[in-house]
Amino acid sequence: MTTERVPAAAAVQLLTPEGERVPHPDYDISLSDDVLRDLYRDMVLVRRLDTEATALQRQGELGLWAPCLGQEAAQVGSGRAMHENDFAFPTYRDHGVAWARGVAPLEILAMFRGVTNGGWDPIRKRCAPYMIVIGNQALHGVGYGMGIQLDGAEEAVVAYFGDGATAEGDVNEAFVFASVYNAPVVFFCQNNQWAISQSQERHSRVPIYERAAGFGFPGVQVDGNDVLAVMAVTAHALDRARSGDGPTLIEAYTYRMGAHTTSDDPTRYRHANEVEVWRLRDPIERLKVFLARQGIADRAYFDVVEHEADELAILVRDGVRSMPEPSIDAIFDNVYAEPHPLMEEQRRTLHAYEASFADGAGA
Amino acid sequence: MTQLTMAKAITAGLRKAMEDDPKVVLFGEDIGRLGGVFRVTDGLQKDFGEHRVMDSPLAESGIVGTAVGLAMRGYRPVVEIQFDGFVYPAFDQIVSQVAKMHRRTEGLLMMPIVVRIPYGGGIGAVEHHSESPEAYFTHTAGLRVLSPSDPQAAYLTIQQAIACDDPVVYFEPKRRYWDKGDVDLSIDATDLAQVPGPWRARLVRRGTDVTVACYGPMVRTCLEAAEASADVSLEVIDLQSLSPLDMDTVVSSVERTGRLVVVHEATANGGLGAEVATRVTERCFYSLEAPVLRVAGFDVPYPPSRLEEHFLPNLDRVLDAVDRAMAF
Repeated sequence: MTTERVPAAAAVQLLTPEGERVPHPDYDISLSDDVLRDLYRDMVLVRRLDTEATALQRQGELGLWAPCLGQEAAQVGSGRAMHENDFAFPTYRDHGVAWARGVAPLEILAMFRGVTNGGWDPIRKRCAPYMIVIGNQALHGVGYGMGIQLDGAEEAVVAYFGDGATAEGDVNEAFVFASVYNAPVVFFCQNNQWAISQSQERHSRVPIYERAAGFGFPGVQVDGNDVLAVMAVTAHALDRARSGDGPTLIEAYTYRMGAHTTSDDPTRYRHANEVEVWRLRDPIERLKVFLARQGIADRAYFDVVEHEADELAILVRDGVRSMPEPSIDAIFDNVYAEPHPLMEEQRRTLHAYEASFADGAGA
Repeated sequence: MTQLTMAKAITAGLRKAMEDDPKVVLFGEDIGRLGGVFRVTDGLQKDFGEHRVMDSPLAESGIVGTAVGLAMRGYRPVVEIQFDGFVYPAFDQIVSQVAKMHRRTEGLLMMPIVVRIPYGGGIGAVEHHSESPEAYFTHTAGLRVLSPSDPQAAYLTIQQAIACDDPVVYFEPKRRYWDKGDVDLSIDATDLAQVPGPWRARLVRRGTDVTVACYGPMVRTCLEAAEASADVSLEVIDLQSLSPLDMDTVVSSVERTGRLVVVHEATANGGLGAEVATRVTERCFYSLEAPVLRVAGFDVPYPPSRLEEHFLPNLDRVLDAVDRAMAF
């Protein structure tokens, strides 16, 4: 039930779990100290956002939360590899991606609060709304990429999904479409080992990245808890896509440290010792060790980031609690872009009904 | 005026829409070099290029799912589902994404996608090629649903569907593809000051005794029934817009005639006939001299083609319902 799974020997790694920098013949990357520090900061802040959101759900302030705990390197590393005009198609767990695209924390939390089904401007942020239906967004990413091709633009797409989604028809169709149109798409699969309670054996007979070969484009496995390797591999794949060399499948080998969502109980299907093994591969700790050893960041810097995280936590807590309730008009708003008789009729009906209560309590 | 078949009228409408707006792209199985299995896109790839008339892989969810991405990029995709019975793999994308993306993004993203579906029976086809799945889509908020009944309506409404900022599922009555009619190609379909929009029912034959509401392939059937009806005068309404329904036109007719028969090929249970009947009952109950009656497909899977004449509503079954309405 919990055979320990490890990345393939070929998995790209630039930073060992112990924080040791190792070279790689194909995917080495040279990042400035500023960028390295920023990656650390991003991951710490995303983790705090995630932790606070989980707590807020427990307090009844959010209806649900899908924690990204443990996957910060995969999300931040790939998100930060994107150029400003590239476009991300994330899932409901990709808070680090949304963060990297500049989506504000409260915009991320709004749908989990239940005040909207979206939360941000997808065009301005170059980031689609979170997708809840497993795998649908892979096709949207390919279609968007085909649009980039029609426009002759030098842009690319990152389509995110998980290990479970690789069994979905839409993801496989997305592979076919991207392949035959040579679309500028990076398929970024976070293999976090668990699709709710089901492990990878239920979704693929072979390592996920190897499936790309059958569709006719390269697949690469990367240590998903190594933010440097993730960034290097994603940047490389995005460059390929932008220069017309077509899609790439990246399998970021990582681990979902938390529950599937706050409604899930992972103790029913996995052992605590498995989680402990992965705790030793923590993405943030290894970068912290590396930064400290290299003298890129010191105690004072880490303290500043910690303080920033505390402030983010306050902003998130206060912001969620004071999020305005949507008006009942929002039920009918934007169902259609153009006037629609049923919307107006039913809007009037609901207003009249609510107003019929003498104390106005319904409104 | 030009004499065109309905298929060619749709081709002409597609051509006009592509000339008018470079963001209009066509996408579907066999629509390029072949021109579609019904030849509706015939010649368009040759004239507009492979980048605007794209043969797609044989994967309906992929066709609609990539259309969502194209729409997010600012395109107006017109996708073809080859036959009614093959739309179901795309159902998830249509219902969960096409219909909901505008609302999800609080109006920031538009989904100006047209999903063209040849539908309906009467052509002696094998299974999955004769279905009428429109009620699945009229039941889905966020979608609009159209079905033209003659070449002129097809020429105009396909352009209006493409110009609409909402997604439109466009049901083409395949057995009427070869029906000819006069088409005025000089009408500017999108100049809504000059021509009526598509979201309205059309009163196609005046009458006094019974209103017959129908759409798509059944309009011709009902007009023929009206011609054949010697003693009872039938008023025929082509609903045309299946979502939203133009109930004002239906209700004002029923207020005059006092009787309503709704006709469609689709199975009766939970179908559009039930919706029309309910709304007429809600709005003009006291005008009704008889219950609203339905003539529809039986609640069975579409039968083998040698039985379809017994399954499909025809002139006699329409007149039988008219007689029952009159006898009530």
